[in-house]
Amino acid sequence: MSKGTLKQILLLTDGCSNDGGDPAAIAALAREENIMVNVIGVLEEGSLNEEAYDEIEKIATAGGGISQVVYMKQLAKTVQMVTRQAMTQTLQGVVNKELSQILGREQEWDDLSPEKRGEVMEVVDDLGERVDFEVVILVDASASMRNKLRTVQEALVDLSISMDSRGGSNYYTLLTFPGKRNDTDIIKGWTSGITGLSGLFDKISVGGITPTGPAIQAAIQQFQSRKRRSMISYGEDEYELEERGS
Amino acid sequence: MEKTNMNSRNEAPNFPRGTKLLGKWNRNVYHILKPLGRGATGVVYLADSKHGKVALKIGHNSMSITSEVNVLKHFGKVQGQILGPSFIDTDDCIVQGQKHPFYVMEYLQGVPVFDHLKEHGNEWAPVFMVQLLGDLSRLHRAGWVFGDLKPENLLITGPPYRVRWLDVGGTTIKGRAIKEYTEFYDRGYWGMGDRKADEQYDLFAAGMIFIHLIEKKRFEKGNDGKQTLMTCLERNEQLRPYRHWLKKMVQGSFQDAEAARTDLMKFIAKREDRHRKVDQSARPKRRKKMRRKAQKQPALVGIVDLVLVIAFLLITSVLYLVGQMI
Repeated sequence: MSKGTLKQILLLTDGCSNDGGDPAAIAALAREENIMVNVIGVLEEGSLNEEAYDEIEKIATAGGGISQVVYMKQLAKTVQMVTRQAMTQTLQGVVNKELSQILGREQEWDDLSPEKRGEVMEVVDDLGERVDFEVVILVDASASMRNKLRTVQEALVDLSISMDSRGGSNYYTLLTFPGKRNDTDIIKGWTSGITGLSGLFDKISVGGITPTGPAIQAAIQQFQSRKRRSMISYGEDEYELEERGS
Repeated sequence: MEKTNMNSRNEAPNFPRGTKLLGKWNRNVYHILKPLGRGATGVVYLADSKHGKVALKIGHNSMSITSEVNVLKHFGKVQGQILGPSFIDTDDCIVQGQKHPFYVMEYLQGVPVFDHLKEHGNEWAPVFMVQLLGDLSRLHRAGWVFGDLKPENLLITGPPYRVRWLDVGGTTIKGRAIKEYTEFYDRGYWGMGDRKADEQYDLFAAGMIFIHLIEKKRFEKGNDGKQTLMTCLERNEQLRPYRHWLKKMVQGSFQDAEAARTDLMKFIAKREDRHRKVDQSARPKRRKKMRRKAQKQPALVGIVDLVLVIAFLLITSVLYLVGQMI
């Protein structure tokens, strides 16, 4: 089994999109490209917006990912946990598929005896340690997020501490939306670590509209441009995981 | 496989006393007695079974339950002493049409560390540290790192009092990335290292447990995590004597748990010795008063007495030291 590359979009937002159509529909497109969309809703203590809550969940479901709404204080830990859990879920899907190929019939996780599950889980854990990981981090920079960006930055550094402790490689790119001229601005191009991020959010402009859908679209394009570039530089195709768990 | 949404998944089921659980695969029956605790991955119940009283952990997410079972089984393979609760059974059960994965382990009876210290005093904190470091050393030699080490995961059983591990869910193979952690005890959170599972990761957490046990509260890292920690070590009267040892713990200076244990043992012994010496210097004063009352006695008897007392004290402290080393 090739160790492959895992692709995720991590969307950090605090509210409803108001420009550019239904973000869940675009997330569904991402899923077709084998890119999982995870959403973290960043709330301030004591505020709960039903509409925002609903949209966050819908995007993640459509994107085959995981969503979690958190308050500022738990943000760092949640970002790490959601990313990790989504990763395990995807890998489990891959391993499941391999399994049913070997066993020659539709054998799903829940149909396995607890003993067999244990063995599969060991393979999943092992893959999670070695798989290469690419993530587009998509940060909502609409006005209401302004004072949360410092915490978001800390959470991202924390995420990179966790991911960089694995054996596999990691690549991140950071986008904010809305951008100055386009839907998104690339704050940091593809890089192998987020530790050099401090102060990056200081420069961004804060916009009034929240084009979440187009932003996810831009994130998908980031993967495509990365793929083209890596094909030029290495002259070979990347491994891809064929199936996502969901 | 599961549709995952963390918001709905976090709710573990609530079972009233008397609920009967029938394992789908192994056909074992369990009767729920009462909830023991609630963790990130599920609820632990006290239950009745053919093995007697057991602890039964039931969760929503089959993956994390499976992960924990894997770890528990590996714990059984760590030779010599039993480190965590021993593993008994794992299965699925269906209650009110919903499937729940669960596993069953030995029920450890004891009290939380903080309760023990409240009742028996803080001098137990270093003792439990020594015990904990011994267990960590055995676990590390077997190729594992505990990961999510914190007071909530420790239980004091006995008497004789012994620290035991309650929840071994975060245990990770050495060299991999830590799966589960709690910020206060996490090296990464304090900006003092990565989350790679190595001996020093556990030692950092153990050091933080000691600080928490004495300081009685957790605190935030502030702008500079390392600076905040160092300030705390100097500020707290009870921590200050241990500061050199604690600094080595949190900075990863010990090669392994055994080195950390030996160092702590040496320090405790030296400290006890110093207490003795303080006692010694206090005693002659009392003796002087006594001598004034019995002035007619020759001075020589007093000197012989003094020599005897000093010899007695020396022998006692030597015996104590030997006792500690065994």
